[in-house]
Parts: sequence; structure tokens; C-alpha cells
Amino acid sequence: MSAWLAKRGGWLWAYAVAYLVFLYAPIFLLPLFAFNDSTVIAFPLQGFTTEWFKGLTGVPALTGSVKTSLIIAVTSSVLATLLGLCAARAGVRYRFPGKGPILGLIMVPLVLPEIIVGVSLLVVIVSILGAPLSSWTVILGHTLICTPFAVAILNASYQSLDTSLEEAAIDLGETPASTFRLVTLPLIMPGIVASLLISFTISLDEFIIAFFLTGAEPTLPVYIWSQLRFPQKLPIIMALGTILVAASVVLLTLAEIMRRRGLRRAGAKDTGGFL
Amino acid sequence: MKPLISLSGLTKSFGDVEVLKGIEAEIGEGEFFSLLGPSGCGKTTLLRIIAGFETPTSGALLLGGQNMAGVPANKRPTNMVFQSYAVFPHLSVAQNVGFGLRRSGLSQTEKGKKIEEALGMVGLAGYGGRAAHALSGGQRQRVALARALILEPKVLLLDEPLSALDKKLREQMQSELRRLQRQVGITFILVTHDQEEALIMSDRIAVMFDGQIAQLAAPQELYRRPVSRRVGDFIGVMNFLPADGRLEEGRDIVLDIAGLGRTVVEQDQCPAGFVNGSGAVGVRPESLQILFEGEQARGEVAKGEVAEVIYYGDMTYYEIALPGAPERLTVSMKNRAGRPVLERGVAARLEWDASSLIYFPA
Repeated sequence: MSAWLAKRGGWLWAYAVAYLVFLYAPIFLLPLFAFNDSTVIAFPLQGFTTEWFKGLTGVPALTGSVKTSLIIAVTSSVLATLLGLCAARAGVRYRFPGKGPILGLIMVPLVLPEIIVGVSLLVVIVSILGAPLSSWTVILGHTLICTPFAVAILNASYQSLDTSLEEAAIDLGETPASTFRLVTLPLIMPGIVASLLISFTISLDEFIIAFFLTGAEPTLPVYIWSQLRFPQKLPIIMALGTILVAASVVLLTLAEIMRRRGLRRAGAKDTGGFL
Repeated sequence: MKPLISLSGLTKSFGDVEVLKGIEAEIGEGEFFSLLGPSGCGKTTLLRIIAGFETPTSGALLLGGQNMAGVPANKRPTNMVFQSYAVFPHLSVAQNVGFGLRRSGLSQTEKGKKIEEALGMVGLAGYGGRAAHALSGGQRQRVALARALILEPKVLLLDEPLSALDKKLREQMQSELRRLQRQVGITFILVTHDQEEALIMSDRIAVMFDGQIAQLAAPQELYRRPVSRRVGDFIGVMNFLPADGRLEEGRDIVLDIAGLGRTVVEQDQCPAGFVNGSGAVGVRPESLQILFEGEQARGEVAKGEVAEVIYYGDMTYYEIALPGAPERLTVSMKNRAGRPVLERGVAARLEWDASSLIYFPA
């Protein structure tokens, strides 16, 4: 055993494997029990069924929460990407007083505990502004936490974009607006798509902020949490989780492919991915 | 020369840093004009002011008699070839070259014809369909040139366009740019830090140091009569030797040059600073001759020793140590048939001529 390990690169390799198993094994249990023909989440497995996936379609509250989540995720990812675009352009292209602190503050939600963000937004919205909770308040919170990710991705896009490309377009007779449309936008498009996808994914599976700020229509994670009280619903949640994991993996892979394509197109060197 | 661009009292500051300190110059129609200087001298900033990418802090820029203050870059009759070429990587070669024609109102066929013409002019005929990001550095350079020239600007601005190319390609592009400039007859303004490049290509050169033009002259004038030690040192190779002048018999000046010895020059050949004063004299490597065995001296002779030999094939550069000279002198000799290449350590006789001296009074 130890000789085999030594050949394979030593104990460091074993450590890496153990680490990855610890990290991902629970996620692999999701599809396992999603297809298991038993309401009890336990080994040994009882047999194969697609019953739980079929069960997903018959619940109006579930489809409602999926719809709410999709609306919130799309809206907040678009808002976060628009804001990120402005911040990244300002940060990379211009110099202005207070630039360091301002850009730093934009990134703070990245490390702020979400429960703090959720509670403080709740206090501001309900107690101070007196506004009702709705999908819009969730969108507000999600835009706040997605924007730093959008800024980080779009910063990289702008940094690998040679300034003289924009100057060349202006030199050739284009206005700043048409330069953005004809040169800047196509070249940072992969970054924009990556930012949209990552923001979408973050918003879709965010729980704490949505839990605090959601109105009459819960988002998908909030709905899942509310269903955990009923043990017989657990396999259905497993099936739902499987779909979510698969969708997340696909979206993040797309985002990474877009980011790399963007670097290649701008002729820049890959300096380590965002993911 | 009919002036096309006139720069008067141009200054530019970035914060506390004064990058340009009062630029005065006139650039003629159809002229190949170079801005030459070390990095940080302000030459690129000056070019970007002419292009409209920077606004001067004070002073005026006239182009074709029209004041350019407040005229944005996209409305100026100038086009630029960028140091990085700035070829749009997401477009094809033809789309790059035709980029500026978008607002021209020409029909698609007319545009296509112009693009093909421009590509032919830079030697890229038939490359229109290629993707720009797949081009080599030299090809990208040509695309950038075609893209700028297709709009028939009054002035073509070139920001160190050849610095990223290898030596062979650079030399080829130098003569090609010169040919192209004669062909289209447009004013070219070239920014470069390479003095050789500036000498080869330009009609006139403005040598810039520290945000000021130190000398503005034609290449030969610049090489033969640099106005200061700094210019002489920057353009080509020059040996500098301390020298004292003394007026004798009221008309001739006796010069005592460290290492080379004494010579007598007429007073009007020599700047006033050397009349009972001191300074430095400069002498180019090709103005000094090594006397080989059996050769007769026709001018003044100094004796020294060969300290270093650098063999270039067509030329040999010697460094000669002269007693009394503070530094070794660089001497260039053509390698003619039958002429030996001297070895390090042997004695050498150095012939020189007072008429080739360049005077820099203290």
C-alpha cells in the first residue's frame, strides 16, 4: 500500500483524494437517493425509480417558487452585471478622488456574512423605509451580493482589453458610444456572459438573504427549507437538489469557458481563473 | 516647405509632472517628421496631443491653419498607427481596414474596392478574409497602416510602430514606410527612441529631452552639427575630449585637446567660447583614421594603443587608449581588402583633422 502510494506521488496525493471525497461525496449522495425507491434516506438502496422526479411537477407551490427564483435570479444578475460593468470601467480606465475606498467598499459584500446583510436590509426596508417585503426586496439583496462577483470578472475583462483598441476606433471616426458598441462590447462579451451566469447561479441558490427578505412568494431554496419538516417529502427534495446541482455545474462551466474565450480573443495570458 | 502643423507654446502637465515644457515647431506638408528622444521625454504625449487623445495644458496646435482646441480625435484629419497596432481582434482583416469607412456613405462595392487597394498598398493583397488575431506581428503592422491610410488623412501619426519587430523585419519596414510616404505624399509624424531609425527615415528630426525640443534639423545637419553635447551623444557615436583654446597673435586659436594634442584653427572656425576658454570637442568614429604600416599621414597624428577590437564584418570598431585622454576613443575603419584587423595591445597611430571637430564650449 505505502509503496503504491509512494509511486503515485506519496501521501500528499492520498491527502488530496481524501479532501476531494470529503468535499464532494455528500453531493454525490443527492442523485443516489433521488433515484432510490424508498422514502427513507438510508442505505441499503432499495431500487431504481424516477418517481421523485415525476413528483416534482405536481406541486403548484414548488413550480411557483421555481418561477419566483428564476425571475429574481435573472433580474439580479442583469442588474449586478450592469453595475459591475460601470464599476469595472471606472476602476480600470479612470482616475478619480476616493477611487480606492469606493472600489473596496463595492467588494465588501463578498466577505460580509450574509445573515448580517439580510438582517440589516430587513431593518432598513421594513423599519426605516416601511416598504413591504416582495420579490423586489430579494432582488435588491441579491444584486448587492452578486455585484462584487460581476466587478471581479469584468475587471479582468477590462484589464485585458488594450486601451488603444478603443482609441483606434475613435481615431477612425467613431464616437465614444459607437466605439463601445462596435469594439468594447464584442471584446468583453465573454466576461459579461460569465458575469451573468455566475450572478444567476449565486442568486438562484442563495438562502439566507432570500429567507429574510422574501414576501408572499418564497424562492426555491426557501421553499426547500420549508419542506424539510416533512420526512416523506425528502426524496422529492433530493431530486430537486440533483437538478439544481446539475444546472449549477453546467452554468459555471459555461461561465468559465466564456471567460477563457474572452482572454484568448483579447490575446491576453490566463492568470488563473475566477473559479 | 508649406507648414501644415504649427505647435506654439505647447505645455502638458499630468498632476505635478510637467511632461511638455513649451514646444515650438512647424511641420510641413508631405514631410516625414520624427520625434526622437529617450523614453519619458514627452514625445508620445506630443503625438497624442496632435491626435487629440490628450488636451494640452496651454499653447496652441494649428492643423491646416485651423485651431484644434476643442476638436475631438474622431473629428481630426489625423490617423494613428499605435505601438500595439490595436488591430481589432474580433474582426477580419478587411473589416479592420474598412473600419473607418463605416460613416463614409460609400456603397459596399466601393468600400470593397478601397479596402483591396489599401491592402495592396501595404503588400497584403488577398488577405482580406483572414481573421485579424491569426496574423503575425509584421502583418498586423501592415493592417494598422492600411486601416489608417484608407481614410486619406492629412497626417499619419506613428507611435513607435517598429519597436516590436525583429531586426530584419524592422529594417524592411523602415524602407517600406519611407516608400509608402513618398507614394501617398501624406505628412508622417513618427515617434521613435531609435536614432538610427530616425536618421534613415526622416526629412527632419526633432530631438527631445525632458519635455523640450533640443534640436530640430535635417538628419545630416543633426549628425554633423549637434547643438549640444547631449544631442551629439544621443545621435550616433561621438568621442568627447576636454579642450582649451588660446588666442594667439590676435587671429588664430591654438587648441589643446586632451589626448589628441595641439592644433591651430582660424578664429572664425571656432565658437567664441574657445577664445581663451575651455570646453569639449567631439569627434565621430569615422573622422578618425588608424594609420596602418606604410601609410603616410596627411593630417595630425596621435599615438596610442589598441584597447579593444570589435569586428562587425564590413567594419571594425577599435577602442584606442591615448595618453592624456580621459576615455578611450572609438574609431571605425572599413575592412577593405588587404587591410589587416589590428589586435588588442598593439601600438596604433591615429590620424585626425581639425576640420572634423565639433565644438561644445563649456
